[in-house]
Amino acid sequence: MTRPRGTLIRHPTVTRINHWITATCFVLLMLSGLAMFDPLLYWLSNLFGGGQWTRAVHPWIGLILVVSYAGMIVQFWRDNLWTKDDLAWVRSFDRVLANDEEHVPEVPRFNAGQKFVFWSMALLIPVLLFTGLLMWEVYFGRATSLGTQRVAILIHSLAAIAAIIIWITHVYAGIWVRGSVRAMTQGYVTPGWAWRHHRKWFRALAATGSPGPTPNARDSEARK
Amino acid sequence: MADLQSQNYIRRSASTLTPPSARNHEDEVAKLIDVTRCIGCKACQAACMEWNDLRAPVGTFEGTYDNPLDLDPHTWTLMRFTEYENEQGNLEWLIRKDGCMHCEDPGCLKACPAPGAIVQYANGIVDFISENCIGCGYCVKGCPFNIPRISPVDHKSYKCTLCSDRVAVGLEPACVKACPTGAILFGSKKDMTDWAGERIVDLKSRGFENAGLYDPPGVDGTHVMYVLHHADKPSIYAGLPENPKISATVEFWKGLIKPVALAGIAASVVAGFLHWVIAGPNKVQPEDERQAEHLLSEERRKRESGENPYIGGGGAA
Repeated sequence: MTRPRGTLIRHPTVTRINHWITATCFVLLMLSGLAMFDPLLYWLSNLFGGGQWTRAVHPWIGLILVVSYAGMIVQFWRDNLWTKDDLAWVRSFDRVLANDEEHVPEVPRFNAGQKFVFWSMALLIPVLLFTGLLMWEVYFGRATSLGTQRVAILIHSLAAIAAIIIWITHVYAGIWVRGSVRAMTQGYVTPGWAWRHHRKWFRALAATGSPGPTPNARDSEARK
Repeated sequence: MADLQSQNYIRRSASTLTPPSARNHEDEVAKLIDVTRCIGCKACQAACMEWNDLRAPVGTFEGTYDNPLDLDPHTWTLMRFTEYENEQGNLEWLIRKDGCMHCEDPGCLKACPAPGAIVQYANGIVDFISENCIGCGYCVKGCPFNIPRISPVDHKSYKCTLCSDRVAVGLEPACVKACPTGAILFGSKKDMTDWAGERIVDLKSRGFENAGLYDPPGVDGTHVMYVLHHADKPSIYAGLPENPKISATVEFWKGLIKPVALAGIAASVVAGFLHWVIAGPNKVQPEDERQAEHLLSEERRKRESGENPYIGGGGAA
């Protein structure tokens, strides 16, 4: 990816590809899952070639998502560890919503909201995987008792709804904070973006002269 | 044969609209299985196979008269044999013809996510419309009697149709026609209930004081009913449920959470939109870029003069 002179690497190429595989899987799972969840949305099954196809393809996409999200965890877990500063950020959430970031504690690579999205998905996806396997009729239809399957299917629905609502906030945050989508498509942000939204991260990069995404990363992608 | 509209629907799975219902002069039907008169000949099983063109693969012998061992996509009715030792220490051979009970409140239909894959006719018969079935297995989880079976070949769910195709043209179900002892009867639900009442009086006079009709109220009654000699203990008949009803888990999953979930999803989209309207986008300002450039040149100067504790010069020049 051509990165303009003077910009910072927010997400390296591998991360971006990994993210968009995850995103594609999530959207497909959401559409096919909602089609089977509520009859009002059954028409979404047409996107997958009908009900039988929707039912057949949903678990396989889910497996790809699990592998893909595991890759996200490997790349992101360290920068998403919870710290005391995150509590201060949560306390000034009204300032965050008001776009008044001068009165919000300085943020490292990820803020508490991003960490919440990351960890809740890291929790919900294994829950969805496990309950999903129990209700996968083709392979595990007779593996557990009907009572277990009834509970699994209820938990699967509830976890999926929680994941969808968290996904909506994630997408909206990307639209709301300008420059975030480019950070995940083309991978770079301007120094001003880093200063405004992730000042602690920016300070660390500036101190080491690193182009990002971490303070000790060197400039492997030579500037064009 | 998907839908010849020979009978009215009163329920249609995963549908919010009222199904065609103008032809409303239909009696509720019922099949009455008098377990006390059954001799276990399996003529009903054979008749079911023959009428419905079903041939289950040959199974294995496991030391029981049950053959095959369980319901499957090709076995819609099955004689289940139980050797029961009664209070007097005598053996009673209980033989129950298992299959779909055609619940008045069908759990399969409630759980089904595919519009029109499960329907209930005005006469009470619950029928699977295969071309709409998606093979998800939700009906299996919805059923309080553990009846539907999904074919691993075509991924469709199968069960007894109560010979809806025969009943639609005024015939009795195949199993009823084949039964040599009159243990299986078919008619209006009222007639069958009345006849069961006479049978129960007769059984009680012969010493079966707990004889009774199995028409469980937990599913608003069924369109397949049993006369049992021990109606106080249905479970001795190869696990016939004592008080079948749709699981509370299924009721919740198919009830409250559907509208609440969609409302929650819609609310979060609306909240996002409102925030956009009220607060608007969070944009980097020219001032931010100036401050950032200032810090960058400060740090670069520090590094070059050796003040920086991390590393020497170089970096992103």
